[in-house]
Amino acid sequence: AAMELPPSHQPATRAAALAVGYISYRRGSPGRGLGLRAVRHASGQDIDGVGRKYHLDLVLEDIPDKDSTVNCTAEVLYHLGNKNIAPDVQFTIEGELKNTDEADNIFYNRIKSLEKELVAENIPDSHGNVSPEMEPIHLLAWVASGYVIWQNSTENTKFQLAQIKHVKQVKRSDEYLEFDYMILLHEMVSQEIIPWQMTVLWHPQHGVQVTQDSRQPKHAAE
Amino acid sequence: ALSPFQLDFWLAPRGPGHPVDVRVPFPSLQPLKAHLEANGVSYSIMIEDVQALVDHERMQMLRGRRKLPLSTNTFDYATYHSLDEIYTFMDLLVAENSNLVSKIEIGRSTENRPLYVLKFSKGGTNRPAIWIDTGIHSREWVTQASGVWFAKKIALDHKNDNGLASILDKMDIFLEIVTNPDGFAFTQTQNRMWRKTRSRHSGSSCIGVDPNRNWDAGFGGPGASGNPCSETYHGPYANSEPEVKAIVDFVKNHGNIKAFVSIHSYSQLLLYPYGYTSTPVPDQKELHEISRKAVAALSSLYGTNYKYGSIITTIYQASGGTIDWTYNQGIKYSFTFELRDTGRYGFLLPAKQIVPTAQETWLALKVIMLHARDHLY
Repeated sequence: AAMELPPSHQPATRAAALAVGYISYRRGSPGRGLGLRAVRHASGQDIDGVGRKYHLDLVLEDIPDKDSTVNCTAEVLYHLGNKNIAPDVQFTIEGELKNTDEADNIFYNRIKSLEKELVAENIPDSHGNVSPEMEPIHLLAWVASGYVIWQNSTENTKFQLAQIKHVKQVKRSDEYLEFDYMILLHEMVSQEIIPWQMTVLWHPQHGVQVTQDSRQPKHAAE
Repeated sequence: ALSPFQLDFWLAPRGPGHPVDVRVPFPSLQPLKAHLEANGVSYSIMIEDVQALVDHERMQMLRGRRKLPLSTNTFDYATYHSLDEIYTFMDLLVAENSNLVSKIEIGRSTENRPLYVLKFSKGGTNRPAIWIDTGIHSREWVTQASGVWFAKKIALDHKNDNGLASILDKMDIFLEIVTNPDGFAFTQTQNRMWRKTRSRHSGSSCIGVDPNRNWDAGFGGPGASGNPCSETYHGPYANSEPEVKAIVDFVKNHGNIKAFVSIHSYSQLLLYPYGYTSTPVPDQKELHEISRKAVAALSSLYGTNYKYGSIITTIYQASGGTIDWTYNQGIKYSFTFELRDTGRYGFLLPAKQIVPTAQETWLALKVIMLHARDHLY
């Protein structure tokens, strides 16, 4: 039987964070990331022999345009036992997300026409600054980290992207843009800062893909 | 043929058709130009004089660092400051408001930095008091920055704001702005994400204890780690950290603290005890109601959304935490804040959010302080 959960309590907020990571990955771009604005309703139930399923009513906000929000329902199933299977996430977004084609194409063309491969570090910097030129790079990392968060979350973890330590563009002969990121993830329950490497592919029509990712030892990013 | 020129390539040669950037020592300028022209290689000058640029930059950096404010009225509250700048601020505030503010040293950190507390008092002897601390976790920079703002706010408003004036008529306020100065210095120089203290305990190469797991409340139980390399390492024993011991001694010696607020970031939460056990505190109902009002006041300013509840239900199980200890000491109004944001910037909150964060949080703090004033026990 499904049990109502206080939306501000941990199991609901952790499942919500995971769901938003997944949804952001599926729907995001350098012009749009999605963040969690609120959990309106949550319930959970144990499914014998399968795992624990959460049903969530969420409000998502558009990053960077925080005034733009959408409602969303999501189901998160944490699998019993085998910790190597990522949780299942199903979601439905009510209404339309803002169109980011123009911003995406501007960014795409800008990067494609660079003479030198883009290289940057510490985004945001210590004071929280992100320069306007780096905002799409920041959002792309936000979206791609959603994949890493989804793949590595359990009921006892809650991940957030803390910072991009380093990003390097990798020039390709095909139409895709490729970036090699070293990011820091903040895991809320253990409070650990975890360096993570991820290779990200993007194309305006083909969405974001993480083709390779690996957790790094704690001192890798220093 | 090019080595006598001592060229310093800033963009190395990659192959025909690719540009090259090179720094040329002065004596080599003419010969190099001649060489390039003779071989039909086009060039342009990006920087006329590299040394001038370096000198200018160094001067800027020194000037920026040495520019100490002359008063708390010219201090920039909308930016993050170094430890020295915050200590200077404290001394300025005391000098400008010596009838209200004094500075107390309650101890020394592991690396022997002073642990300073500002006391705001309109007189009396050992009046019932409110304690506020910020920066116990060093990477939570918006908290120290807010602490600086609170200090100025109290000095500014202590006469003209009725609520604050009435609080100070009856009670003292103690404010520790940089509760973990060693960690704070480390976030400025080495690792922006450093959380713990900087103590070394035998048997490990890892440094630091989580100061919010080091208190004597459920110490060492679930919700803290026994691994010195962990971010939630509780330490070898309760109060092993001088930063924690100093507050414990202060609280016990004072004996009359009625409200205790420890400020963290991020998550936008207002929390009350317990963290170490799911047993509700006896005063749960009252603390929950105060939280509701405090959060409503906070949200009224900019619409910032906060959740509230006990630590264990709202965030996670955590043992050896500050306000669990203070509550068990009899300080009924024990609260923890987790300030902005909810993860978009996390610890790296943009400086332009410092003042709005401090302003809204202050409204919540006033609710708590007013309630304490009206319900002294």
